[in-house]
Amino acid sequence: MSPSGAEVIRQIKQQVEEVDPAEVSEHLGNGVTLIDVRESEEWDRGHIPGAKHVPRGYLESRIEGAQPDRDARIVLYCASGQRSALAAHTLEDLLGYTNVASMTGGITLWKDRGYKLEVPRALTPQQRDRYGRHLLLPEIGPEGQAKLLDAKVLLLGAGGLGSPTALYLAAAGVGTLGIVDDDDVDLSNLQRQIIHTTDRIGTPKVDSAEASIAALNPDVTVVKYPVRLDASNIMEIIEGYDVIVDGVDNFPTRYLLNDATVRLGIPVVSASILGFDGQLSVFKPHDGPCYRCLYPVPPPAELAPSCGANGVLGVLPGTMGLLQATEVVKLVTGAGEPLVGRLLLYEALGATFTELKVRRDPECPICSRPAEEITDEEMGVFPDYEAFCAAAG
Amino acid sequence: MATIKIPPVLRSSVGGEKEVTAAGDDVGAVLRALAEQHPQTETQLFGPDGSLNRYVNVYLNDEDVRVLGGLDTSVGESDVLVILPAMAGG
Repeated sequence: MSPSGAEVIRQIKQQVEEVDPAEVSEHLGNGVTLIDVRESEEWDRGHIPGAKHVPRGYLESRIEGAQPDRDARIVLYCASGQRSALAAHTLEDLLGYTNVASMTGGITLWKDRGYKLEVPRALTPQQRDRYGRHLLLPEIGPEGQAKLLDAKVLLLGAGGLGSPTALYLAAAGVGTLGIVDDDDVDLSNLQRQIIHTTDRIGTPKVDSAEASIAALNPDVTVVKYPVRLDASNIMEIIEGYDVIVDGVDNFPTRYLLNDATVRLGIPVVSASILGFDGQLSVFKPHDGPCYRCLYPVPPPAELAPSCGANGVLGVLPGTMGLLQATEVVKLVTGAGEPLVGRLLLYEALGATFTELKVRRDPECPICSRPAEEITDEEMGVFPDYEAFCAAAG
Repeated sequence: MATIKIPPVLRSSVGGEKEVTAAGDDVGAVLRALAEQHPQTETQLFGPDGSLNRYVNVYLNDEDVRVLGGLDTSVGESDVLVILPAMAGG
């Protein structure tokens, strides 16, 4: 006669190692991979801080995303300790994991003992569907998606770089997108500024961008700044944003932005384009170099032509803008290695990427000092500022 | 001969090339050889006192020569110099 289900569970529980919640609590964050094998609805109601979520039904297909090392210490838990025991048995017996345990009593006992719970931002069924491909990625998952939904990202410009960046960040579910742009949509923009449309020529770019974003993803709140960023408004506009995407078309604003973001400690994902060439880097204040460490002074006007004067391949800001959007998602979710201290050059005609090192300048006039010492008067200033601006017209 | 990667804004000064080669034992010698071959690049690279303009970044392979030995940094035959001015297009 076949054994009952209860008997099978009892036998398996005898074969797997079980650990008490007290031991799990003690070793949280000490190189132990803690995995919650419950269903998504149960996870959403609260889980152990630092745990990864691999529902038991997806155990075989997703465990390697959570912990590929077969010899790593893994502790599994569920609601009461039964499903996690069965899952531990599967990991050891079928998948060759060697150091797996199941937590006794599951999260019920964990809660009874008064240990901490983390309640994630709950995604609606529509959001689970919309962001489903993100939820499958171990590097993003429900927690990363929640961070994206809570993130505030400011885009400087809804132009060549800002258009693709805004669309993809909106699609990714970045909860708040601020857009600074004082221009109107022009026919000549549409060769590359794909957030705008022919029937919106003549309307403010911030309104046009808002309309496209709303059509793509109603989860996103758009905050419009139909102004030109300058020393008088920059601190007020940028404060409170988590990441800033720099796609501005002039040097004075790039230096001003650098100084203000170093002062406030806000990372900047910076790109610039010209012709068939693009540059990209992430300036994360005090963790890496700032824009002034890379470029202590701007080039004279004759060596700094604008895209308007020099031309730009329409696809190029798409390429560079999407690399920016990728870096934003990484900064918000904590996934991967952001492009801090590195400058990426893309040359479209030859289809080449070149990576250069960018070092912090120990004598940088801005980021080598305590942030609170940077004054309003210093921001955006460089030695030949007046001459440069006069030459640039 | 070291390879020098030319940025877009300087390409018209070197006949439209993206890469050129120039001889020299150190960064300064290679760049001066470049300026001799293509005189239009001279004022863009060097100031009146012969030093490298501050707005021009030069990398030996992937490292900024400012953190190496500046213009005195040794250059080998297979090395690549990257000349990089800031760009502000968006």
